[in-house]
Amino acid sequence: MGTTAQSEFKPTWVQENIFLGMTFKDYLKSNITPFNGVVAVILAIGIPVIIYRLVYGLGPSTNLNDNNPWGIWIGFDMLCGVALAAGGFVIGSAVHLFGMREYAFLFRPAVLTGFLGYLFAIIALTFDLGRYYRIPYPMFVSWGVNSVLFLVAWHVALYLSCQFVEWCPAIFEWLNMKKARRIFIKATLGATIFGVCLSMLHQSALGSIFLLMPEKLHPLWYSEYIPLWFFMSAVVGGIVMTIVESAASHKIFAKQIKDHDPKHLDRVTIGLGKAASVGLFAYFFMKVIGLAHGHNWGYLNTPYGYLFLVEIIGFVLIPAILFMYAVQNELVGLIRSMAIVTVIGIIFNRLNHSIIAFNWHLPFEERYFPHWMEVVLTVTIVTIGILTFQWIMNRMPILYDHPGFEPEKH
Amino acid sequence: MDANRRTFLKTLASVGITTSLFGARSAGADITSLPGYPNQYGVLVDTTVCIGCRRCEWACKEWNKLPNQLSLSEYEKDKAVFDKIRRTNENTYTVVNRFENPLDKSKPIYVKKQCMHCIEPGCASSCFVKAFTKRPEGAVTYDASLCVGCRYCMAACPFDIPAYQYYDPWTPEVTKCTFCFDRIVKEGGVPACVSICPVETMTFGKRSDLVELAHKKIVDNPGRYVNHIYGEKEVGGVSWMYLSAVPFDRIGFRTDLGTTAIPSLSKPFLSLVSPVFIVIPALAMGLYSFKHRRDVLEQQACKQALEHKEGK
Repeated sequence: MGTTAQSEFKPTWVQENIFLGMTFKDYLKSNITPFNGVVAVILAIGIPVIIYRLVYGLGPSTNLNDNNPWGIWIGFDMLCGVALAAGGFVIGSAVHLFGMREYAFLFRPAVLTGFLGYLFAIIALTFDLGRYYRIPYPMFVSWGVNSVLFLVAWHVALYLSCQFVEWCPAIFEWLNMKKARRIFIKATLGATIFGVCLSMLHQSALGSIFLLMPEKLHPLWYSEYIPLWFFMSAVVGGIVMTIVESAASHKIFAKQIKDHDPKHLDRVTIGLGKAASVGLFAYFFMKVIGLAHGHNWGYLNTPYGYLFLVEIIGFVLIPAILFMYAVQNELVGLIRSMAIVTVIGIIFNRLNHSIIAFNWHLPFEERYFPHWMEVVLTVTIVTIGILTFQWIMNRMPILYDHPGFEPEKH
Repeated sequence: MDANRRTFLKTLASVGITTSLFGARSAGADITSLPGYPNQYGVLVDTTVCIGCRRCEWACKEWNKLPNQLSLSEYEKDKAVFDKIRRTNENTYTVVNRFENPLDKSKPIYVKKQCMHCIEPGCASSCFVKAFTKRPEGAVTYDASLCVGCRYCMAACPFDIPAYQYYDPWTPEVTKCTFCFDRIVKEGGVPACVSICPVETMTFGKRSDLVELAHKKIVDNPGRYVNHIYGEKEVGGVSWMYLSAVPFDRIGFRTDLGTTAIPSLSKPFLSLVSPVFIVIPALAMGLYSFKHRRDVLEQQACKQALEHKEGK
């Protein structure tokens, strides 16, 4: 493999594959952009915060306490990260199991987004664990099989590997390793099927974590239906994230796609918008059934009830209707805006479950509000995630077919 | 249990999984309705007796070698701590709180708080490394050598008992009352708090005997107690039970916890795991075969059409 030997005429392996065909100096220069300036500021604040957390512990760096053991590192980084990374599994099953070939070009970006989403959710979670260096314990040291969290830990780890397998063909195309690529292409179907099982279970399990806390979670959010709600909203999350992500990356990385046909993306976006609408309607009715099943109508006319109504009407029912309207009138722009609204809605839902409606019985002064370092760490992890995504997109054939290889059959 | 099963079935049905799997699940779930270890110990706390001397707090710290220990006389002197309701924390496994007595304002009610040692502990079912164990003696013990520090146990505890050493950056532990496990496993051993109590607020013994004793006390002393033993049935029953002269919600107890054991709340979901791994791959492979067959047929049709054209 390559070394950094300087060659003015022909780029070395490293220059070709890592520095985008430039010399190291040119590559560094090409990185001086306004975007990277913002990133540099975030990292300059964020990395010391991460070190501070690791050296001084959770006490000084968070607002967590004995009554509020979980904050935004669980509620946002983990719950939202994993829900919004469901695109890989949704698009994977659409393409590989249902044979929707039209969506095949979304598979690689969705898998990559999914893989990175999970990876960085786990990285963020690590900072939340009191003894983060023991993170392999549930796998190798002691099995707490009665815990929903045990299921989550295993399934997230396994699913991460599944997505890695699905992503591998792109890596080996980048590295020009034909044999390895062929093996992993053959493994894609198996990984997709296994991934569907794992996703169904751990997406719903993330909600089932709260099944143990009927006395702490507000009745409007606590229900036996939590697993179903979390799964359904994750499916929608995967769809709307794919809409947002494909629109963004086809704009940002447009140069990479030779035969870029915006009409094709629009057509596919309309299809996804339809799926999102159906998913949101289904979710809305599941929520209503949960409300009726728990006889919780009385809570609707309380402050928490208003919050609940904002969530299920403002972020579920209205987007569902507008998605439908946009699909019928082929308003791709409206579909994309509604996708963003739905992403916000899913974040709102997960925060309601884990923070806002959690410990609702406590007096206001004992409630949790994130410490600034918790926010900075979260922003830093998300930023590093975006950087990684960008780094990979610039190098690997994610948005386009590698010219040296036969396209993957779907 | 039945309500659980019903909702489980509904959930399952709406996920669209075939009815044939129901039987397999039901058998496992009934484990939760077992009464627990038959000979487990318990403590009956009679809140009508407690004088709020806080010696139990002192003895607890002494025996468990907890930080910030004061001399016994200082515990008895310091009445200012009662001004606010306290909870257990990383340095304190048990606290005594003072509540106003609605029957007689001159006689406040003191209530000791510590781990209730549930028959089916929520903390134990939440822990993904099995750091908590319900011992046959009744104690719920914690093994710090396994703990990863996820703090799910704290979230899952209906009594808000486990605390965390947030300010220890390297080896933080969850802390909670041990029921003086090291003392009660020995013949004649009694928890430190129970043995120091000067007025016998607490009675240590076999839990089943204590339930009987508590009922007898209520019957034998008409008007002294409300007719409820807190902890007899709450969250499936706990080892530490309380008697009170006033309704329990007046003295800091949550009376909305229900009688379902916390672990049984997640069991229906956990039992879905194996069905999903059986049904989904089968369904997925089925879907894939349809798709594959369709592709093959399409290709054949295409080929035939081409041949047909060339043949002409």
